[in-house]
Amino acid sequence: MSRLEILKTYKIYIGGLFPRTESGRYYVPKNGKNEPLGNLCLCSRKDVRNAVSAARKATGWAERTAFNRGQILYRIAEMLEGRKAQFVEELKMQGTNQKAAEAEVNLAVDRIVYYAGWCDKYQQILGSVNPVASSHFNFSVPEAMGVVGVVCPEEYSLIGLVSLVLPVICGGNTCVVLASESQPLCAVTFAEVLHASDLPGGVINILTGSKKEMVAPIASHMDVNAIIYGDDDEVQFKALSIAAADNVKRVSRLSKDWTKPENQDLYQIAETLEIKTTWHPIENIGGASSGY
Amino acid sequence: MSSDNSKIQNIINDCPTIDKVGAEERVARFQTRSIKGESKLMGLKMTLNMIDLTTLEGKDTQGKVKQMCYKAEHLHDAIPGLPTVAAVCVYPSMVKVAKNALKHTDIKVASVATAFPGGQSPLAVKIADTKFAVDQGADEVDMVISRGKFMEGSYAYVFDEIAAIKDACGNARLKVILETGELATLDDVRLASDLAIHAGADFIKTSTGKIQPAATMPVTLTMLMAIKDHYDKTGIMIGMKPAGGISTSKLALHYLVMVNEVLGEKWLSNEWFRFGASSLANDVLMQIAKAVNGPYQSADYFSID
Repeated sequence: MSRLEILKTYKIYIGGLFPRTESGRYYVPKNGKNEPLGNLCLCSRKDVRNAVSAARKATGWAERTAFNRGQILYRIAEMLEGRKAQFVEELKMQGTNQKAAEAEVNLAVDRIVYYAGWCDKYQQILGSVNPVASSHFNFSVPEAMGVVGVVCPEEYSLIGLVSLVLPVICGGNTCVVLASESQPLCAVTFAEVLHASDLPGGVINILTGSKKEMVAPIASHMDVNAIIYGDDDEVQFKALSIAAADNVKRVSRLSKDWTKPENQDLYQIAETLEIKTTWHPIENIGGASSGY
Repeated sequence: MSSDNSKIQNIINDCPTIDKVGAEERVARFQTRSIKGESKLMGLKMTLNMIDLTTLEGKDTQGKVKQMCYKAEHLHDAIPGLPTVAAVCVYPSMVKVAKNALKHTDIKVASVATAFPGGQSPLAVKIADTKFAVDQGADEVDMVISRGKFMEGSYAYVFDEIAAIKDACGNARLKVILETGELATLDDVRLASDLAIHAGADFIKTSTGKIQPAATMPVTLTMLMAIKDHYDKTGIMIGMKPAGGISTSKLALHYLVMVNEVLGEKWLSNEWFRFGASSLANDVLMQIAKAVNGPYQSADYFSID
């Protein structure tokens, strides 16, 4: 007797759980050969709302020690390494060839390790002690902005997501991620990796479905502090920027060839950090002075 | 009013048993109602107007109470046309502060009394506590029943105590807190409701907010049924106040649905129904702002408490 083939239902990731979309809808994206990739949740604005409130609840992530955040990010890399084969299969199903798929997964692991290393180091590079003309000790430190919306590119569904999301959480932010609409498999499987690592629920929330439908509510959401836009739809980006202006969200547009190893750096972490400057009164002791 | 045994016995005899499974199923059905658009906005505004904005902490200061009173009147001035809350609820020592802060408004001042929240004090102390609150200007008194006595089966004691406090209240309306989180079963909740109603309660209230679980829908349904039975028999309306644990707009709307379907529209005003809550107001405000402005809202743009 022949076996009935099971087409996996890919669920979304909100607050450390894998619910189905609140809307009850699904879609079946197809690859270049017109084969169905799976049953994917077609999320609605209410899923965006739920994901943002889960992300807001998880902002204690920023309070963890920088070293501990680094450990957890490294753990994500370890878990991804162990499930490489599945990611390669999914990338191939989405139309990537074997060699490119392997290279993409390897680079994703390396990139996570790269940002894991930065967790307790960016503060020293981006922070500063500032010279001022009064008797104050004046210093600036980078702090997490809060909840960040991340719109992933359509192509390179794994490395695109990793390249945009890791710098965001490295800096202590939490995020709501809109995965590639046409190639969403790796995003959901990546959520399964996150779930098996030590990342607290709600730090990364991943939604699938129509970007057209979800970008607007995320852009206008008053409780989202910044948006990283990694797609290349000019009209959508313009509408997003206008809606985001209502609560003066920071909007960054990042489109690079993420498959190149060199396209990762400290300044990408800085995209979702804000600088806090402290003026601390000091005494001039014994007439000695210094520049700061 | 003092009890004799036969009167208490009658109350107990008339008190029906509660079908817990039935209550839970009925409550589940209230929660399937979908309220959208204009009706939702109306329900939200009604909810705001039924809130007893509450602060009952050992660390309450005059400043904190004044701040809460300001909020009671100015819930969110960015949206014009919002109602005020129904009342503020404070400890007796803060009644005067609240009364002064609200003297130019219609907002009532409710005070907890009778050795809130434990209620483990002699009757004389509780009466003095109540009289103090009323003398300070409280419009409403929220008393706690003696749960220990209730559990011992001294129903007459509980009844007489409520009646004595009612006397001490004078013109102030009396809300009787059953602290349902400490009563083991819905049958107990029903009996306590009946005792309170017969002893002179103007309102019955679920909880102090200090014990978990606080207000739940099955408990509230049981109390609403007690009010309904009393109304059907005597034509006298008794108010209801669930308190504690109601912190989202959606849940508040489900409570309104329940009140409407059990007691009817007559109870849908703050004269007969209240929410005891501190964080509910902000959630309702955020929902109203969402309905008025469009985008999802952030707590960053609403006042704290």
